[in-house]
Amino acid sequence: MAVSELAVQDTTTLEMRLQQLEERVVELEENIPEDKVTIVMFSGELDRVLAGFIIATGALAMGYEVSMFFTFWGLNAVRDNRTLEGKNIMERMMSLMTPGSTEGMGLSNMNFFGAGARMMRLMMKQKNVENIEDLINMTKDMGARFVSCGMSQMVMGINTSELRDDMEDGGVAAYLGDAVSSKVTLFI
Amino acid sequence: MSEQTYEISTTLDVTGLMCPMPLVKARKAIMDLEVGQVIEVLATDKGSIKDFQGWAKVAKNVELLAQNEKEGGDTTIYAHVVKRTK
Repeated sequence: MAVSELAVQDTTTLEMRLQQLEERVVELEENIPEDKVTIVMFSGELDRVLAGFIIATGALAMGYEVSMFFTFWGLNAVRDNRTLEGKNIMERMMSLMTPGSTEGMGLSNMNFFGAGARMMRLMMKQKNVENIEDLINMTKDMGARFVSCGMSQMVMGINTSELRDDMEDGGVAAYLGDAVSSKVTLFI
Repeated sequence: MSEQTYEISTTLDVTGLMCPMPLVKARKAIMDLEVGQVIEVLATDKGSIKDFQGWAKVAKNVELLAQNEKEGGDTTIYAHVVKRTK
């Protein structure tokens, strides 16, 4: 074989390998997690909700995108009113037994019928910790997405009109769609 | 943290504020800076030391130049010197 023929063969092999590598890089790049944090807010107690929003604001301050998925008791954190109209007896009971706004959230421990939560709020205020309502609004203002789970809303009889106006609707696939490309995902 | 001289463009006072507010306010303030400018953040929250280190590690647009402790009466003030890099 002549030298020039060998050279052509080498170049062709190299080009092929290069193309394979390029394809592999594209594939890998598609799987790199983005600068995102995804949080499932399942709990509705003041202390747990506080933890969720502190992590969210911290992530936003670090330049991360934040999506928060509110489901079951977590919906307490994004409720702003209570309606009984158009609900069946069990839904009404559920409505009356869950807080109609963040003001009514209790503590996960030592709640003592709300006295614990009031004491915690007072202690936070004395120590200059942001109150939960301001923290939630700040999280939203900083660009977090709030998504509510339609299924748990329906089960618990919570109308969309009882939630904040700036909520998006989404289910498990919406959460997973975000979570698989996030660097951090939490269940609170 | 690298040893280098820097010129502080602006100072942000977050003394008395607790986690996550020093970070949140610092982030807001740094976005108002030009790239390359330096901000000094004065905090009393002890956790802010690690918080600012974490911020600089994770965020792509900031560099932590120095962290100094200053005695401010009966409380210690932590001065974080942060540069906007992007």
